[in-house]
Amino acid sequence: MDDVAIIGVGLHPFGRFGPKSAIDMGAEAIRTSLGDAGAEWKDVQFAFGGSFEVDNPDAVTGRLGLTGIPFMDVYNGCATAATALQLTADGIRSGQYEIGVAVGMDKHAAGAFTSDPVDYGAPTWYGEQGFFLTTKFFAMKINRYMHDHGISHETLAKVAAKNYRNGGLNPNAFRRKPIPEEEILASRMLNYPLTQYMFCAPDEGAAAVVLCRADIAHRYTSTPIYLRATTLRTRRYGAFEVHASWAAVEQDAAPTVYASKAAYEQAGIGPEDVDVVQLQDTDAGAEIIHMAENGFCADGEQEKLIADGATEIGGPLPVNTDGGLIANGEPIGASGLRQVHELVHQLRGTAGDRQVPGEPKVGYAQLYGAPGTAGVSILTT
Amino acid sequence: MPQIAFAPEVFTWPSDDPQLLGGLCGSCAAVTFPQQPSCARCGSVDITSHALPRRGTLWTFTTQDFLPKEPYASGETMETFQPYGVGMVQLGDEVKVEARLTVNDPSALRIGMDVELVVIPFRVDPDGTEIMTYAFAPASDETEGES
Repeated sequence: MDDVAIIGVGLHPFGRFGPKSAIDMGAEAIRTSLGDAGAEWKDVQFAFGGSFEVDNPDAVTGRLGLTGIPFMDVYNGCATAATALQLTADGIRSGQYEIGVAVGMDKHAAGAFTSDPVDYGAPTWYGEQGFFLTTKFFAMKINRYMHDHGISHETLAKVAAKNYRNGGLNPNAFRRKPIPEEEILASRMLNYPLTQYMFCAPDEGAAAVVLCRADIAHRYTSTPIYLRATTLRTRRYGAFEVHASWAAVEQDAAPTVYASKAAYEQAGIGPEDVDVVQLQDTDAGAEIIHMAENGFCADGEQEKLIADGATEIGGPLPVNTDGGLIANGEPIGASGLRQVHELVHQLRGTAGDRQVPGEPKVGYAQLYGAPGTAGVSILTT
Repeated sequence: MPQIAFAPEVFTWPSDDPQLLGGLCGSCAAVTFPQQPSCARCGSVDITSHALPRRGTLWTFTTQDFLPKEPYASGETMETFQPYGVGMVQLGDEVKVEARLTVNDPSALRIGMDVELVVIPFRVDPDGTEIMTYAFAPASDETEGES
């Protein structure tokens, strides 16, 4: 199996952009990523595009050049970008292609996501009765976790405050104003114990990554970043997951735990080797839980780690250095490729004001979303 | 005033002792709520209707403090919206079910508390018909402040 290198990354800023279309944002992200790679669109042999709102992300070809390449559109909930990345990598690993692009783009209306519950395998009444909300699930999961593992409300606020602070250092972020912990705790309760400023918001944006077979990466760049693992897992019987009207009494671990273990095995490294981390922080509680689910600490250790500043940019375990979903918002199709964009800059040493000190060599990204799907990617210099 | 259940296949009602109706797998004995056409654990299509215990314990909870978007169908507006509690309730050793709670004050809810099934009005239609739904209420013999 051929190794895969990331040779270029591009991002259209995340936020609100008036009438600008997701397709135009996606085309810009690809153009930026190709510029970063020193490659041209005509060099690209295939692509995967991910989106929730856009039926056909491949319409970006009309903005970049109608070269006739195979361009596959994917949607996989909040793990859409991890799916596009994995499939693009697999196209190269298999030997079928040498160079390809993974792109994600979205443009969501304001407010919590909604859909038809029937499309998620739930009954119609599940939505009519007021159960079909992702925010409510995340609140129930962290409430139980706080009860079992001694996590405080103040720790939730510290995580959100850190991500807004990091967003302030990121010119591409949606939320760039630091918010004090007291203000986060005092903001409107949306789903106990989670307040408004502890949640990320759906927004708009795009991100793209150019991948190629590792042995030709030096044709394009002197700083290739290697994609060591890409894994996806769905929920098992016994996991407590989003959009479910019931859960089994017997308990199994969340899909992230399985995706994470498989990724470490694929990469041949462990959590102790990771220098910079991007986690799905749909809300502050999710970041806390995901620290343990991805093997970075034991359940409950987050309370002290976060109080000690371990997850700050200068700490031993920097998490969501670009502000994560809380500061960037979540254009679903693009969110995971934003994580990869940040990790690539961190590993190249080009992350500017938010650069993790000490020349980080290993980056880790995790996504989680409905109806219980997780994706993990591991990158190294 | 006439009263009808929002989904008669989901709970037994009218009844003094209403019960939720789940599905029981004839192959592996897994229980789901509501009944679904095949088993989530083993995939068997041998599923029968199964009445669930009326009492359980609160496994986790939250509150819904903002008006959900459609398809939420309570008929409320931003002005009239009443926040509601939501919990996962463990029913014996059978299954955990997600349900509305009659209590929406988190300080009055506690993980591990005993709860029991009740049927409450969800919405009043323009013709005066009350649409009824199920919810869990603190059990009548639940001790306040017990930990």
